[in-house]
Amino acid sequence: MAKVLVVTSGKGGVGKTTTTAAIGAALAQSGKKVVVVDFDVGLRNLDLVMGAERRVVFDLINVVQGVAKLPQALIRDKRLENLALLPASQTRDKDALTEEGVGRVIAELRETFDWIICDSPAGIERGATLSMRYADEAIIVTNPEVSSVRDSDRIIGMLDSKTVKAEKGERVEKHVLITRYDAARATRGEMLSIEDVMEILATPLLGIVPESQDVLRASNVGSPVTLNNPSSSPARAYLDATRRLLGESVEMTVPADKVGLMNRLLGRRAA
Amino acid sequence: MSVRLLRLFGGGREAAAPAPATATVARERLQILLAHERGLLGQQPDLLSKLREEILAAVSRHVALDPDKVIVRMDRGKNVSTLEVDIELPNGLEPALAAAG
Repeated sequence: MAKVLVVTSGKGGVGKTTTTAAIGAALAQSGKKVVVVDFDVGLRNLDLVMGAERRVVFDLINVVQGVAKLPQALIRDKRLENLALLPASQTRDKDALTEEGVGRVIAELRETFDWIICDSPAGIERGATLSMRYADEAIIVTNPEVSSVRDSDRIIGMLDSKTVKAEKGERVEKHVLITRYDAARATRGEMLSIEDVMEILATPLLGIVPESQDVLRASNVGSPVTLNNPSSSPARAYLDATRRLLGESVEMTVPADKVGLMNRLLGRRAA
Repeated sequence: MSVRLLRLFGGGREAAAPAPATATVARERLQILLAHERGLLGQQPDLLSKLREEILAAVSRHVALDPDKVIVRMDRGKNVSTLEVDIELPNGLEPALAAAG
């Protein structure tokens, strides 16, 4: 039974696209058939983060409008054969997305894939609402920072009211994923703690991804962080989150980078 | 041995072998992508897409194209881009017979 998972946040720059790529690749590696769908019409970026930007032929809007068939628009990942990307259009207007058209594409994707991961654009406009419209589950990506938590709360409200599931009286299964977490600053009381965020949002925690330079390294080379450096702290956090998504019970930790003796003596922070 | 020592004192990978400069890869990828998006490598924005459309239009004037039997692949490179159009054409004279009958 296929699952539609939306990765959303309200606020921009918190790590939705990084998360979509990392969890998409991790699910594919665990043997699931996965498609990641970019809903950021006009400002696509998932293709870049996945390293498929040179190979985009057709996009989501072409499929919605019937210009291209779905199999023609899907870009197969070169590293993982059961991972595919459906890019957003770079040139069209976001109004070209219709609820009915998106519904048709999602229904068709459900026939082929186990996981359909929708990468939401920032904001609460059409692209964002349509990316969550058909969701069975949602990952709300949140930074431990006031404006991000506030926007997450707003998005949680929309998941509970504006989705097809909510309108049928069912529930979208929601998970909060905290990203860009800095344990040292939280300990010093300079950053909202995990407990603070969980108490405010009252939504189950999927994982804690530490702030890390590995995320930038991965996007530089166009590879999901879980593939680019699987032993890095963000990759381990995403791999744990993926296992929880699959129903496994995994102890909640904040993976840390291994710090060398010299660095530790000098008090340097982990890279 | 020296590698191990470095690892012990320096924290491993970075000290033993300098991390590849991923920013160089990032810059190159962006240069290629943006050159295509701005239309610098073709005479018009995305020459490859235009060619694809015209090739398909030309073929469909002669044969009824089954959209499921058309595979298009593109690879936008710095010096060379490739456009691969794989069209499965029906054998024999079906289109003509269908038109006659």
